[in-house]
Amino acid sequence: MINMQPYQNPTYFLLIALTLLPVVIANLCEKKIYWYQTLISFGFLLLSFGGIKWHQGIALIVYVVLEIILIKLYFNYRLRSNNSWIFYLTVFIAIIPLIIVKITPAIYGGQVSIIGFLGISYITFKIVGMIMEIRDGAIKEFKLWQTIQFLLFFPTISSGPIDRYRRFIGDYNKQLSREKYLDLLEKGVWYIFLGFLYKFFIAYFFGTLLMPQVAQNALAHGGLSWWLVAYMYIWSMDLFFDFAGYSLFAVGTSYIMGIATPMNFNKPFAAPNIKEFWNRWHMTLSFWFRDYIYMRLVFFIMKKKLIKSRITIANLGYLTLFLIMGFWHGVTWYYIVYGLFHACAIIICDAWLRFKKKHRQQIPSNRFTKLFAIFLTFNTVCFSFLIFSGFLNTMMFHHIMK
Amino acid sequence: MKEQIIEILQDLTGSDEVATNLDINLFGAGLIDSMATVQLLLELQTQCGVDVPVSEFERSEWETPNKIIAKVESLKA
Repeated sequence: MINMQPYQNPTYFLLIALTLLPVVIANLCEKKIYWYQTLISFGFLLLSFGGIKWHQGIALIVYVVLEIILIKLYFNYRLRSNNSWIFYLTVFIAIIPLIIVKITPAIYGGQVSIIGFLGISYITFKIVGMIMEIRDGAIKEFKLWQTIQFLLFFPTISSGPIDRYRRFIGDYNKQLSREKYLDLLEKGVWYIFLGFLYKFFIAYFFGTLLMPQVAQNALAHGGLSWWLVAYMYIWSMDLFFDFAGYSLFAVGTSYIMGIATPMNFNKPFAAPNIKEFWNRWHMTLSFWFRDYIYMRLVFFIMKKKLIKSRITIANLGYLTLFLIMGFWHGVTWYYIVYGLFHACAIIICDAWLRFKKKHRQQIPSNRFTKLFAIFLTFNTVCFSFLIFSGFLNTMMFHHIMK
Repeated sequence: MKEQIIEILQDLTGSDEVATNLDINLFGAGLIDSMATVQLLLELQTQCGVDVPVSEFERSEWETPNKIIAKVESLKA
């Protein structure tokens, strides 16, 4: 059987266009054909997790079955009682598979875990979000079929954007008026074509045409060189246009299906500071970390009055958030340093914002300072991506091998 | 209730703008961040007796003083 990875080649897009046509027509008649949507979702999942990737398909099925049992058990428990330790334990059990998948390559020299599959992180984020909202009493009903639809929504299964259960279910059950659907459809198609430009032209230009030669030159030169600086910018551009392009496909496809999956990027390189950057870059991930880790941790510390200073609490929150994010990317020194780098950057940013608030009169603010802020933020971010890229690691090994 | 909330916001943001412009976007203007949000939720809990779990906090529903007042009043009712 054939295997096709999401949004990689023209055939995949052709298949999306053809199979979604009945969905479009139905929505224009203000109807939903749930059975058909489920059928094509199953088809696309089979395409990505079948064929030569069948072992990933098995891993996905086992994972989803076990996690849904866990969610259901916790939901039933929560109806009766609300012990914090049971909650922590449930979250821990939910992330065990992800932890194994992330740690395995670090222990066995890059070997991939057999329980892993494409998109395991993103499903885990959705599940943990659900468990936390069940604890808060925000999710009041457990519906098996809708949970499956939410977790396995095919347009976003491989790399997000990370949607939220209640938001998704709201869209899934709602019948849009023709005008509203047309608006969504128009945007969806536009996003997909913008995605083509991002991923298959701009990212191709940076990543495939420029990058290999620049990387080679930087390696040949060794140490600090202009080639390394060029590599930093090229890699950053490639990362953005590749990932933003993919995200546009995922959001566009969702829109066509009448699901308003949240956007992932909002002009991140125009951010005037690091804090604002994280409100614009990989937004569904950073908002997930903000809402489910940072705010909860801060809430817990403040409520229990564990630490007095608000600044210390905020900084501790940032360190926790970005360290976890670093480890989540993978257990390598450069991902963890990347996390620490951003934690420090945002702590400094916060200190500066406090200073600015106090000395508003003395600090100039004009077009030049605003441009300078964007310039500084952009370069800080690109430098962090150079760490993230692992290229420094490659250079070190290259140097040792010589 | 209204005065109480505005007072909390003045304390949190250190700005009087929240009292004069009740439609100011607190997040957009950089007056409130996640940290201040948590403080706001805790203050609402202790001072107004409304319990808002973090997952019920949808930014777009809480972004202006007016929206916060309306939200708290609806939760109180």
